[in-house]
Amino acid sequence: MTSQLSAENLTLFRGDRCLFRGVSFALNSGELLILEGSNGSGKTSLMRAIVGMLDLEKGAVSWNGMPVAEQRQVFHGALVWTAHRVGLKADLTLVENLRFEAALRPQGSDGLETVLERLEISRLKPLPLRSLSAGQQRRVALARMLLADVPLWLMDEPFTNLDREGRALVMQLVKEHLDKGGMCVMAAHQDVEIDAPVKKVILQ
Amino acid sequence: MTYSERHMPGLLSGLIAVARRDLLLAWKRPGDVLNPLFFFAMVCTLFPLAVGPSADQLTFSGPGVLWVAALLAMLISLNSLFISDFDDGSLEQLLVSPQPLPLVGLGKTISHWLTSGLPLVLVSPIVAITYRMPGDVVIVLMMTLTLGTISLSLLGSIGAALTVGLHRGTALLSLLILPLSMPVLIIGANTVSLAAGNETYSAGIWALAAYAVGTLSLAPYATAAALRISNE
Repeated sequence: MTSQLSAENLTLFRGDRCLFRGVSFALNSGELLILEGSNGSGKTSLMRAIVGMLDLEKGAVSWNGMPVAEQRQVFHGALVWTAHRVGLKADLTLVENLRFEAALRPQGSDGLETVLERLEISRLKPLPLRSLSAGQQRRVALARMLLADVPLWLMDEPFTNLDREGRALVMQLVKEHLDKGGMCVMAAHQDVEIDAPVKKVILQ
Repeated sequence: MTYSERHMPGLLSGLIAVARRDLLLAWKRPGDVLNPLFFFAMVCTLFPLAVGPSADQLTFSGPGVLWVAALLAMLISLNSLFISDFDDGSLEQLLVSPQPLPLVGLGKTISHWLTSGLPLVLVSPIVAITYRMPGDVVIVLMMTLTLGTISLSLLGSIGAALTVGLHRGTALLSLLILPLSMPVLIIGANTVSLAAGNETYSAGIWALAAYAVGTLSLAPYATAAALRISNE
């Protein structure tokens, strides 16, 4: 089954200020959408609008041809969003956090061990998240993504706090996800090189 | 490989997971649980020192003091219901999870009641002894407090969800939910007074139970709507 995420003429105001106007795109299985723009250009707001947290002035986001607003639960069951903040509890350990996440959305066949091994964080298992570095916490957020069995990945500045190997790993994971028929929306202010179909939305 | 909804977690799994996670967090940070409890015990023990230890006066004022202290202790604990989730971004993760938001909010409220309402109910007999409350009245006190704190947790979750985006929303939170919690306070305190005066009090228990059922059926939806507004 292929999936499609599309947006028609998205316009968002915050107060009197217009953040973006007339943003449209259509994203199919196996494609990467990059949201480009300088700081404050509305990349994060656009992403929040896509997941349905912000009310749009005009336009609508559709998932598999149906407006997201009419099938919020189905759409949310098909995505994982790695936001600017990792959204994990600092007092819980990595495993406790990921177990909690696993109860929320469909889970893939890859076990926790495999995923932690892949992200090179398995030795951090007994530690509370508080004692992990920012980059390590990012990796835990990536683990949430890998564990979920969902077609749509939304990544807001996924390279923040990651070292060189970490950044390469992100691109590798995205590539594998796209090859499996997944799709990915990524907000980035640096150039992204990937051997896959790429679409771009440039925000002023 | 295809993606399907076949292994979508069930409807209640989000509620259970959230409640369990919050209980685990409370276990790791017992201070948050103990603070309101200390406040309750302190107000209740300071009062006799201020008004004098005469038996008549204490039996007369006991129900009211215990109930006001319980209400304020609940208010103190409510403030932190959604704040930490809001600050670390896990609230927005919950908002975009496929779990129904009213049930997620209810899960948080259940764990809030278990860590703030239930301890108050359990401590109340010890405090009631200082007010020379007889055993059968203590049981009525515990019953009214149980039903009352359930309503207060649920009502409070609406206020906490509405004020989570505003920093320092404590005063506003109290203003928002005090009017709704007045009936609980009035009925609760009067029921205990009636029981202490050997009069029939069952109507009060029923009224509190009805209020708790009412809030249980309506508050989760209001909380969910408030959370969406606060996270815009």
